[in-house]
Amino acid sequence: MSFLSVRDLVVHFPTVDGVVKATEGLSYELDRGKTLGIVGESGSGKSVSSSAILGLHRGTNAQVSGEIFLDGVDLLKINDESIRRKRGREVSMIFQDPLSAMHPYYTVGNQIMEAYRIHHDVSKKQARARTIEMLERVGIPQPDRRVDDYPHQFSGGMRQRAMIAMALINDPGLLIADEPTTALDVTVQAQILDLLQDLQREFNSAIIIITHDLGVVAEMADDVLVMYAGRAVEYGPTKEILVHPEMPYTWGLLSSVPDVVGDTDAKLIPIRGNPPSLLSPPPGCAFHTRCDHRDKVPGDLCRTTVPELTPARAGGNHTKRCHLANPDEVYATEVLPEIAPETLEEQG
Amino acid sequence: MFAYIVRRLFAGVIMLVAMSMMTFVLFFASPIDPARFACGKICSPQQIAQVRKGLGFDRPVWEQWKDFAVGVVKGRDYPADKSLQKSAPNLVAHCAAPCLGYSNVNVTTVRDEFKTRIPVSFSLAIMAFIMWIVGGVGLGVIAALTKGSIIDRSVVGVSLVFFAFPTFFVGLFLLKFLAIKWGIFPVPNYVSIANGGVWNWLVNLVLPGLTLALFYMAGYVRMSRAFVLESMGEDYLRTAKAKGLAPRKILFKHTMRAALTPLVTMAGLDLAGLLGGAIITERVFNYNGLGKLAVDSIAVYDLPTIVGLVLLLGSFVIVANIVVDILYAFIDPRVRVG
Repeated sequence: MSFLSVRDLVVHFPTVDGVVKATEGLSYELDRGKTLGIVGESGSGKSVSSSAILGLHRGTNAQVSGEIFLDGVDLLKINDESIRRKRGREVSMIFQDPLSAMHPYYTVGNQIMEAYRIHHDVSKKQARARTIEMLERVGIPQPDRRVDDYPHQFSGGMRQRAMIAMALINDPGLLIADEPTTALDVTVQAQILDLLQDLQREFNSAIIIITHDLGVVAEMADDVLVMYAGRAVEYGPTKEILVHPEMPYTWGLLSSVPDVVGDTDAKLIPIRGNPPSLLSPPPGCAFHTRCDHRDKVPGDLCRTTVPELTPARAGGNHTKRCHLANPDEVYATEVLPEIAPETLEEQG
Repeated sequence: MFAYIVRRLFAGVIMLVAMSMMTFVLFFASPIDPARFACGKICSPQQIAQVRKGLGFDRPVWEQWKDFAVGVVKGRDYPADKSLQKSAPNLVAHCAAPCLGYSNVNVTTVRDEFKTRIPVSFSLAIMAFIMWIVGGVGLGVIAALTKGSIIDRSVVGVSLVFFAFPTFFVGLFLLKFLAIKWGIFPVPNYVSIANGGVWNWLVNLVLPGLTLALFYMAGYVRMSRAFVLESMGEDYLRTAKAKGLAPRKILFKHTMRAALTPLVTMAGLDLAGLLGGAIITERVFNYNGLGKLAVDSIAVYDLPTIVGLVLLLGSFVIVANIVVDILYAFIDPRVRVG
């Protein structure tokens, strides 16, 4: 069994208007030292499903079912106290906006030390020394002085570094990074991603990186999980998926990435329409309302039946959720010429 | 920080000067002739004129205010009119600086009157304050933690009931049942610590304190419930939870600290207002505090006492505002200016 193994994860939020199906039957595996990228639009269930690993839905009215094995232990079966002891020590999480993710009234050092002292019975002095060491490791200059600064005295990039220091201070096996670079400017983004990769090599941890930026995925992730309306719609090794995507939604994501190096005249094609409501998702394939290729499927299957997650035509460990009989051909002949004509020219 | 406080205090003094002027103007804008009122029911025009001269009401408002201002700085003699001082030197009352005025109604200087009244109002205010802060914030936090449950609903509901009842009703109710009928508490009668010791002072304050506290508590229950719920939705509480922090520690170290800022503002200003006397509660329990003095002196057109009270209460509010701002800097590091 893999280090992290999520099976049939379901997260539902009952509301007065009905049940919000935030995650439906999600499964994935992740080994130590590997990175999984979870991609999808806002509200596709990326964060919700990852928060379930830390048990952050406990104590709310969310209904979580399925299995989440971390190092052989099912995190959904253990009690609140046991999951609390694993938080921060075995699974850590860093968040999108490091300014609001840190308490404005306590110093950065205080908050990082707190994370260490929850799980280690050490004196304040030892915790402080360890904190300074960690701050230095994540590249904060003059860590022995900056440790006493408040979050608002840090720049955005430094705050995210401090968050990473806080998340990794207990050397957790799994780090969940929930859009860690979304709130940062581009140069800082690259630094933070480099830092995460360095630290991953050093600590041999598994990383789940949640993002809607396929560039981040291409750089960081070994595997990609594309989510749409709470379901995995395509899952497999990053190279496979970026080169041979077989799900129209993934095509849409690829089409919406601006290409700054190659042909800058190439069209940026947004996915039309809006993400579906998780309260009452459309019947059949949740993406059919926005899919340009639904008419290629005979028998109105897209509108009536949810496609199963089936092995991709390209083979390997690549699976997709689509009724199209020949998605690889459709992609090569219809989608690729639109979004990256230069690739074809090079080949031809 | 120091310069900031000095600046605020200076602005406060200017505010007080303006407030005293306003009070003089408003007092004389009243259709009722204070001299005639002071003279009594059967008074000849000559007598009224004499009283007016004696009280100094015959002179322009501006000069009266000037005399008052000089009195605050230097002290003054009553009556202000020099010829009256000469004709009856034995009736001249000296009022030393800082003189807030001399009340002919109470036959004492306003400052001396305040000296006997302030301990009563302060004791009452502080007693009530402690009760409502402990009760209001405590219940508010409990309500927030059990949001939507029967506990939450009953706490908020019951506190609203007390808020909705007028203070005199709650006060009389407590007086009638807890003190008179069941005799759990003595019938409240203000006893100073010097006269009766701490215990007597405290026991006599319970009922009037509770009357006030029950009224204020409703606001604090609802507000602290809202503040705690609001800060529970903050991202940094998710971080605290994701670190593996125990729920109790999250509540006291992270949630409560964030909810503190708005509560301090409310509490500071409410306490300042209450230090100036609780008009109805003091009447119900017959406590001779500042609130009762205010009502009494307005009823008899006692200008010096009214002006003095306005300034006293105004300075409470001004000082409370400054204190709240200073507390902010201690609570929230973002407010500290380098």
